[in-house]
Amino acid sequence: MKLLTGNDLPTGDVIWWTGSGWSRHIEDAGDVADRGEAIGRAEESVQHVTGPYVIDAKITADGPRPAHIKDRIRALGPTVRPDLTLKPADPEAGSWVI
Amino acid sequence: MYKYDQYDQQMVDNRVEEFRDQVKRRLSGQITEDQFKPLRLMNGLYLQLHAYMLRVAIPYGTLDSRQMRMLAHIARKYDRDYGHFTTRQNLQFNWIKLEDTPDILAELATVEMHAIQTSGNCIRNISSDQYAGAAADEVADPRVWAELLRQWSTFHPEFSYLPRKFKIAVIASGEDRAAMRLHDIGIQLVERDGVLGGKIFVGGGMGRTPMIAHEIRDFVTADDLLSYVEACLRVYNRYGRRDNIYKARIKILLHEIGADAYREQVEQEFAHVKALGIDPPKAEFDRIAAMFAPPAFEADAPTELDRSDPDFALWLDQNVKPHKQAGYAIVNISLKPTGGIPGDATSAQIDLMADLAERYSFDELRITHAQNVVLPHVRSADLHAIWQRLDEAGLAPANLDLISDIIACPGLDYCSLANARSIPLAQKITERYSDPAKQRDIGELKLKISGCINACGHHHAGHIGILGVDKKGTENYQLLLGGSGAEDVSLGKITGPGFDEDGVVDAIERVTDKYLVVREDGERFIDTYRRVGMAPFKEAIYG
Repeated sequence: MKLLTGNDLPTGDVIWWTGSGWSRHIEDAGDVADRGEAIGRAEESVQHVTGPYVIDAKITADGPRPAHIKDRIRALGPTVRPDLTLKPADPEAGSWVI
Repeated sequence: MYKYDQYDQQMVDNRVEEFRDQVKRRLSGQITEDQFKPLRLMNGLYLQLHAYMLRVAIPYGTLDSRQMRMLAHIARKYDRDYGHFTTRQNLQFNWIKLEDTPDILAELATVEMHAIQTSGNCIRNISSDQYAGAAADEVADPRVWAELLRQWSTFHPEFSYLPRKFKIAVIASGEDRAAMRLHDIGIQLVERDGVLGGKIFVGGGMGRTPMIAHEIRDFVTADDLLSYVEACLRVYNRYGRRDNIYKARIKILLHEIGADAYREQVEQEFAHVKALGIDPPKAEFDRIAAMFAPPAFEADAPTELDRSDPDFALWLDQNVKPHKQAGYAIVNISLKPTGGIPGDATSAQIDLMADLAERYSFDELRITHAQNVVLPHVRSADLHAIWQRLDEAGLAPANLDLISDIIACPGLDYCSLANARSIPLAQKITERYSDPAKQRDIGELKLKISGCINACGHHHAGHIGILGVDKKGTENYQLLLGGSGAEDVSLGKITGPGFDEDGVVDAIERVTDKYLVVREDGERFIDTYRRVGMAPFKEAIYG
């Protein structure tokens, strides 16, 4: 599957295209198939997102997960500070990023 | 310490308001990201892996407690309660919001700080010796010259769009504590026949093409120094390549035309520049120098120390260095606890270091290129009280220059350029060597980790260096041996095939075990490596 991601302009937060808008949680991301670049261009032009790009991903038991480690870290948070991950309350946060 | 005059303050204040307007126009959609990106980078604002990152300039790593407290305040109010001290003697905030940035810069400006020229193809923060003004072996305070160069280079119209970024270091001691010969220009202040001047080294740097700077002039009088540096920059600006980002640094120019040809061009340009009269009049130089005058040391400060507490004694031996003034010492605060993130400090820790500087070190702090913090002027009689406060705050690891005093870039955990993580590796290595006795037995060992070829973690200059690369989507780590960023400068060599994360930690242990077997009396790791060469270590690593 393909996901569309980028950064929220005012905050810089990593965001994911859900199919109808943007979410900070990768669990909400939807498959953009071959429409990602077109959606990204359109969204960039209305200032919702900075630097949108399409990545490869797969569905797992936990939801969509990027194929490449760099995008997984970007999606879920740094591996060295569980408190700074997307789910800081989860004691296993540091390990499930990778 | 240099204090802004009305012109400095006005410039910085104006820049904040200019950027506030630029951000407003970006947020309202009046300008595109392509138009905005160069503007935000000129204000030190990057977009990294998770968020915006703001790099705050700390000129030559010197700041006072008021400035340090402001960094803590910004960490608390605008970031996630911590800051990251960098290998360029700066500080980075990793979780900044664009919409907050004008306010952050405005708050920084109230304490004479900014983020100007912390990015872009301009002259970056001038770096220097963290022991400047305190070291017994210096011929002058190098920060006076670093400050002069800072004033000359800030907003210099001719050097605002160089072929690539440009880094200058100034030292004034035989011992190089600033990796001077791994900068685009390195200046070593020296005295010759009673006259102060500088040795000029050009064309050093790490990155994908590491090179050691060439000595271009063995002596330029201090009166001519600024003109000579301007000539060096002009020749680079004229001939440096702009067609290929990977060949644009001055080190490539020197490599391609040769040091002699470059020197000849610089000498011709210098003769021309000298006639322009850009070197400062004596009164202006004296004004700057006066701000770096030594603090009011007690002439008869006691020199005795109670070493009865063994943990305190260990810290004294490892982290405290001699001061030029009897009864005083230089305190190195290690930001490298076992399992910690090299260079990170919480806002509470930053505040504590500010408090200690204010109370015990004439209100001065220094940031080191090894990502530690220094209290430069501490009475020996106050060392125990300082150590106790540091220890309570987790800031007293007695590991300066030992294997756990690791330089590491932010790596793939934070940096959009990185290919592999650096921090977890640093954490695993410090845990593997958590026994202080073992660390001290190994002795001085500079271990440096970069998460990509750009070498922000200085892996080329590590006695042991690690370079993280992407190998078909997985992290792989190359091991290097034999580098040094000190006065015995050298570049490390790759040992052989790379390793996974645990594999490289095991390989390092095999290297240090081998060293302990083959070393001779008095040898550091780097000395042994240079004596015996790569072969015994390679055999130990790969069998």
